[in-house]
Amino acid sequence: MTTQNLELDLLETVELDDEGYLIEAHDWKPRLAEAIAGVLGIDLTDKHWTVIRYARDVHAQTGEAPTLRQIVQNTDVTMKEMYQLFPGGPAKYAAMIAGLKKPTGCI
Amino acid sequence: MTTNREKILGLKQTAENGQTQGKKTRKLCIICSKGSLDMAYPPLILANAARMTGIEVDLFFTFWGMDIVTESKVDHLHIATVGNPNMHPKFHIPTMIGGLPGMSSMASAMMRKEIGDLGFPPVREFIEMLHDAGARLWACKMSADMMDVVEPDLLEQVDGVIGAIEFVEMSEDAQVIFV
Repeated sequence: MTTQNLELDLLETVELDDEGYLIEAHDWKPRLAEAIAGVLGIDLTDKHWTVIRYARDVHAQTGEAPTLRQIVQNTDVTMKEMYQLFPGGPAKYAAMIAGLKKPTGCI
Repeated sequence: MTTNREKILGLKQTAENGQTQGKKTRKLCIICSKGSLDMAYPPLILANAARMTGIEVDLFFTFWGMDIVTESKVDHLHIATVGNPNMHPKFHIPTMIGGLPGMSSMASAMMRKEIGDLGFPPVREFIEMLHDAGARLWACKMSADMMDVVEPDLLEQVDGVIGAIEFVEMSEDAQVIFV
């Protein structure tokens, strides 16, 4: 069995809500992030991991996914890069890959 | 039963193309016609929310909305303290008091602080952010002529000065919001 198949199998062992967000944040592990990103067609780079780690740190402290603006302000990733790293929906995808709920912030 | 893979892909389709199955690509055109501090934010927040979910956005700045993208005005947008009965959720400024010198500046400074405390950027930074997020910004030709504003007077993030016809053509098949 290939690595990719193993990751897809891992993906089906956790519980996601109807929009694809992980329900229990503690079910998350780096391999799951790779599996979710793989489905989204995203190859995780160091920059992605910076965002993912930051998002998980914020969630551990506040219980919420960070806003896109918080991510840009508190990491070395720029707004333009966020749109390149997570094409089509940077705040949502970052939260989804980091195993968090859909962000509720407006910014 | 929907697999996790399908759930994630469902979101991807919605987000990446602004599409849900069977629906057309979603596009938003937002007309910004007001330049007061309180009325500058709503269209910018909507535009940003749309971009964050993968929806295409064109912003059209017209009449007083031009101040939002004018270099000399953008950092000095004010809130009206007269004729604004719902001005503040915490306390009300009577019209007679609101007309005193400095009241508008004071109220505007307070509002800027509150907006900042909520994590929202100042208007200039908001415009930069929208530009980086891929929103297109257009200034209205008639308003520019009326206010003697030429392109170098505008923020560098503005994509161009266009007329109403061009905007109407541009907004074909888009959802249009007038603020």
